[in-house]
Amino acid sequence: MIYAGIDIGSITAKAALIKDDHLLDTIVIPTGYHHLNAGIRVFDTLLQQAGLDRQDISAVVSTGYGRASIDFADKAMTEILCHGAGAHFLHPGIRGIIDVGGQDSKAVLLDDQGRVENFAMNDKCAAGTGRFLEVMARALEVELDQMGKVGLQADNPSKISSICTVFAESEVISMIARQEKRENIIAGIHDAAAARVAILAAKIRIRGPIMMTGGVAKNSGMAAALEERLKMPLVIGSLSQETGAIGAAVLASGLQL
Amino acid sequence: MSEKPVDKTKIRSAKKMRDLMTTYYLDALSAQQNNKQVAWITSGGPVEPLVAMDIIPVYPENHGAMIGSAKMGEDLCGKAEDMGYSSDLCSYARTDIACSVVKGGPIGGLPKPDMLICCNNICGTVLKWYEVQARFYNVPLFILDTPVCHTGYSPEIAEYVRTQVDEYIVFLENMTKRKLDHDKMTQVGKLSFEAQHLWQKVLNTTAHKPSPMSAFDAFFFLALIVTLRGTRTVVDFYKELIAEMEQRITEGISVVPNEKYRLLWDNLPVWYQLKWLSSKFSQHNACLVADTYTSAWCGAIKYIDENNFLDSIGQAYTRIYLNIGVDQMAQEVLDMIRFYDVNGLVMHSNRSCKPYSFGQMDIMNIVRKKTGIPVLMIEADMVDPRSFSQSQVENRIDAFMEIIKQREK
Repeated sequence: MIYAGIDIGSITAKAALIKDDHLLDTIVIPTGYHHLNAGIRVFDTLLQQAGLDRQDISAVVSTGYGRASIDFADKAMTEILCHGAGAHFLHPGIRGIIDVGGQDSKAVLLDDQGRVENFAMNDKCAAGTGRFLEVMARALEVELDQMGKVGLQADNPSKISSICTVFAESEVISMIARQEKRENIIAGIHDAAAARVAILAAKIRIRGPIMMTGGVAKNSGMAAALEERLKMPLVIGSLSQETGAIGAAVLASGLQL
Repeated sequence: MSEKPVDKTKIRSAKKMRDLMTTYYLDALSAQQNNKQVAWITSGGPVEPLVAMDIIPVYPENHGAMIGSAKMGEDLCGKAEDMGYSSDLCSYARTDIACSVVKGGPIGGLPKPDMLICCNNICGTVLKWYEVQARFYNVPLFILDTPVCHTGYSPEIAEYVRTQVDEYIVFLENMTKRKLDHDKMTQVGKLSFEAQHLWQKVLNTTAHKPSPMSAFDAFFFLALIVTLRGTRTVVDFYKELIAEMEQRITEGISVVPNEKYRLLWDNLPVWYQLKWLSSKFSQHNACLVADTYTSAWCGAIKYIDENNFLDSIGQAYTRIYLNIGVDQMAQEVLDMIRFYDVNGLVMHSNRSCKPYSFGQMDIMNIVRKKTGIPVLMIEADMVDPRSFSQSQVENRIDAFMEIIKQREK
């Protein structure tokens, strides 16, 4: 039996297939404006890539902010549960998750069965999310995927005191005007974002081992800043961005249809 | 011939309640024509002496709730901000101050006060808020200062508050140019005491499974115990309401059609989203059976001596939910979790209400440690919709309910 999970995030759409408790294939594409179209596209492309047909799939679970738009899914579930199931599937010992996505960031506490015990999410504010890093990357004229590497070369990280994305951006612009080193500013940005996320972790009294998931896990500078704040190493796999989709597929396999 | 189907889930008493509130506001709005005085009073203030002296009490906070429910909060909050008030100021205060100036809101503003009675047992904001209004209307302001009781009620606090109760009576006697009728005071005190007992009884009916009403109904029926306690009207109405609830229990009528999960709510309601929140939880077969907010109007009844009312209200009005230590607040929450047998706790971190929202993190941790039930925190504001994000709150409620369903499997 093959099961599919589809995760429609604010920036990227992800899909995963699992068969007999093994991961078959995954894919990531940009979401764009239309959630349902993104869902159809990501699902069909993945099926094509795996040489499968829609009829081969026993059940589909959708997740992410666009989950309700995926009308061909058997069930929609929140990304909190899906990230939990995905992290547990990839690494059964995981007890805590830090998920930093485009629109929000969250900390999740798992029990030894991979079930969610508690979670905390960012409030109505972009600081500490992928969007925050995107805005900063633009202000600093750095490619988003290069940000992590550049930030790690800092010799004296700058201090960003504003907790709001809009104010932080103007703070960064004045740093640029003072000709502070780009590496140092980026390291400061990572630390400021990490500080926001660490508050969520503290709220739920997170336990290790902690896995970092979501697109921002690909940013090595942000991950390092978070490890520093949490005083704990983070487990970051190559499928960090696809964790929610994988979890959705895992939960699809548990559906009683 | 078939009869028109009656929606059995609807609470019949709601109509009468609405009529009573309309009458109350009409009386208040026509007070001047009837040579009656009007006092504005904070929601936690001792209202009984006003009733005993035939002064009509009016509640800016109840008015704030009406503004919120009528979805007029954004506009009025914005007007207050235009006047220079900070958006961090309580939205009840902002809407009330704005309403006084523009005569806006669902009833065109409250009747002009002859005096203001401010008790700081609910928060510190009311002090400055009432000072602003005392200057605006140019009327006398009486402040009853109730120290926070972190641990207990010391003899010093008792004496300090008791003295002020006497000063309060003198203030009212000067305002009305009449002496307090002590027999009438005793009678009003007894009615207030009875009403609080009955209100507790109304709330207790939701311990039944399935629950005949929800916290959303309690938010509505609350208005009477807030505005008219000390009158016969409240006592009579709550007796009818209890009878209706008992009948619903007997007939097995529940407010959420397939109640499977029971939840406890903390903090003020999100007035402009009651309908959406109620149906959101209903979709998950969850009923908010109780809340810490509406029970505040009967929580201090143990301190009232109905035969010695004026001597006992100092303690009763000082030791209310918002004026005690966080440990004690947590204990009350734990007691409610047990009594109503709930599967989860929903906390509204209310941008407006600092004393209510402060300490929620600690209460959350205490509850999780002692009961293990899931706790959800949502960020919003009771009246200002600009502090509410529907998709974020929806996502959190869905995730919270998934966790509860997983646990209860």
